[in-house]
Amino acid sequence: MSRAVTALDGATSTDGIATITEVALQGMITLRGDLASAGIKKAAKTVASVDVPGAGQANCSDDRGICWMSPDELLVLCPYDEVDASLDKIRSTIGSDHALAVDVSDARAVFRVSGAGARDVLAKLVPVDLKPQAFAGGMFRRTRMAQVPVAFWLHEEDVFQIVCFRSHARYVFDLLKVAAQPGSAVDFF
Amino acid sequence: MLILTCPCCGVTSEETEFHAGGEAHLTRFGPESSDAEFEGYLFMRENPKGVHFERWRHVYGCGKWFHAARCTTTLEIFGTYTAQTTEPPQEIRDIIARKRPGWSWRAFS
Repeated sequence: MSRAVTALDGATSTDGIATITEVALQGMITLRGDLASAGIKKAAKTVASVDVPGAGQANCSDDRGICWMSPDELLVLCPYDEVDASLDKIRSTIGSDHALAVDVSDARAVFRVSGAGARDVLAKLVPVDLKPQAFAGGMFRRTRMAQVPVAFWLHEEDVFQIVCFRSHARYVFDLLKVAAQPGSAVDFF
Repeated sequence: MLILTCPCCGVTSEETEFHAGGEAHLTRFGPESSDAEFEGYLFMRENPKGVHFERWRHVYGCGKWFHAARCTTTLEIFGTYTAQTTEPPQEIRDIIARKRPGWSWRAFS
């Protein structure tokens, strides 16, 4: 069995106004279907052990959670080595409901931007209102970061977790690193 | 810059998070149609100064298509509505009628 590694092998940048870290391998399952169906809700819940969030929201704790991606799509987070077992559990729980569950863990990269300057750094790159009143804990947003699609949520106070496509990992890391370079604080928030 | 609200996921953002999909409410004419009908479907487009209806896609967000009613001169968005319709809903028409009395666009007014 080959050794699974993240896209940038845990790259970190600590000398800027925010700390940027590539997060260790994270299990991710795309679950598509009618989100009102009881089977799909139950399936996501059994794997992530949190409730299904409402539109534009995410319920995450540690490496488990559920993110609301679109009106018919959830991103279910679980530990990387439990993905296969989780998929089996999801499929058996859904039963006959029409749904799609796919392991996308290796198709994505996850970054964490933390520190007092985290909002500044992200606000330079995404067309989203990041005022603390406007973007609070529990919210989840898919958007554009410079030229690539990303999704992010506030993991805890001043800690953003960002998900992007694995092939964009280097680009996103470099973007964040430049946006966080020393002396570039905007102090808008 | 246009500020659009996606009716599918409720996110309000500026136009670079979306992608324009051309004129709205076209009737497709395919095989069996007359040459004139096919030409109209393929090439004939409105180019209004004022009220206009367009298709947009929330390409960096939820990925869904929707419709937007906007003004081409002021870039004001009158409203956005579902893609699953062949004509603008009455509430959008009412909003436009309040803001642009006497408007018309193709057969709609």
